[in-house]
Amino acid sequence: MALAIGIILGCCALGAGICMGIGAVGPGIGEGNAVSKACEAIGRQPEAKGDVTSTMIMGCAIAETTGIYSLVVAILLIFVAPSTFIGILEKTVKTLSESGIKL
Amino acid sequence: MENVKSIRFKLVDILYILGAIVPFVMVMALKIILNVPGESISDNIAGAMIYFQIPMPLQNLPITEAQVNSVAVIVSIFFLCLYFTHGLSVKANLKRQLIAEWIVKTTQGLVETNMGSFFKGYAPFIAAIMGISAFSSLMALLGVFAPTSDINIVAGWAILTFALITYYKLKGGVFNYLKGFLEPIFVMAPLNVLGEVATPVSMAFRHYGNVLSGSVISVLIAAALQGVSSIVLGWLPGFLGDIPFLQIGLPAVLSVYFDIFSGCMQAYIFAMLTMLNISGNFPQEEYEKRLLKKQAKKAKKIKNI
Repeated sequence: MALAIGIILGCCALGAGICMGIGAVGPGIGEGNAVSKACEAIGRQPEAKGDVTSTMIMGCAIAETTGIYSLVVAILLIFVAPSTFIGILEKTVKTLSESGIKL
Repeated sequence: MENVKSIRFKLVDILYILGAIVPFVMVMALKIILNVPGESISDNIAGAMIYFQIPMPLQNLPITEAQVNSVAVIVSIFFLCLYFTHGLSVKANLKRQLIAEWIVKTTQGLVETNMGSFFKGYAPFIAAIMGISAFSSLMALLGVFAPTSDINIVAGWAILTFALITYYKLKGGVFNYLKGFLEPIFVMAPLNVLGEVATPVSMAFRHYGNVLSGSVISVLIAAALQGVSSIVLGWLPGFLGDIPFLQIGLPAVLSVYFDIFSGCMQAYIFAMLTMLNISGNFPQEEYEKRLLKKQAKKAKKIKNI
């Protein structure tokens, strides 16, 4: 039982780390692209700096969405998932031992 | 017109300012009275504290810190508005009138450039969303729980936006609204429904995730600084070893980005997305066609009578 709980905790932590690590790549590349293009646009047309900046920030915020999703999933994995999974495990073990199956 | 210099005017002014400040003080007092500070890091990152529960037939209704704080923000903004609009005159003789005029003009300009003249009446709504969102995020500076780092509060605003989007879509006709789900071919219907639901979900998650990530990183860095300073000063005897001297200053620099910049940015982005979603999904041509048809019908009826 202790081993199973340990595996659950470790896998949750590992999953959160992988989720955040891979999930941060996409928005990073996307936002980098957006900002580089915005810099080019400002260099070409310095008088349109205000418009370009506000549009870029909007675009960045939207590109960030997937990263935020992975952040939410990672936070759920760290703070919510372990207790839920351990609860499920204990319930299953209880029902199994009640029905006579020995683990 | 009221005399600006009179004692009565000044007393009402003081009342309004008190009304704007007292909710925050009360929220901080509630936090200090009821909160038991957690020992570990995960206690500090845990969600909103539940103050008490109201018994309900299906499930108990918990009144959480986030709800109380957001009500405090609403009351405070209400009194601030009263303060800013107190003693208005045609020729501005108070500084606060200039601020109020600037706010109104800016939001009206923003709404008109982004939503078009049909949605001109939306300026107060957008200003309210922006103000509540910004104030809620800035509440983290007072050391209390920011309502925007609880998803329930932000999801409420997102659902409001979703209702408005659907309402304006239905203005182009119920048949057209339902037909929109079957485009480009009928097989896409489930995906279209999913896309419709994804708008409020993504709006809520974006705002909540950004604010929450800031507070999580702040707590982690504060804990790390405490650890480092206990390593550096731990060999000193007595209370000298317990002083987390590295915690002074550095978290404040991060707070400038995570609380002030990110909070105001998210308020702007949430308001912007609300505007773009409402006006972008509104079928202008169909609405005008329907309007013309309705008017023609009405005219016919009147003629027949």
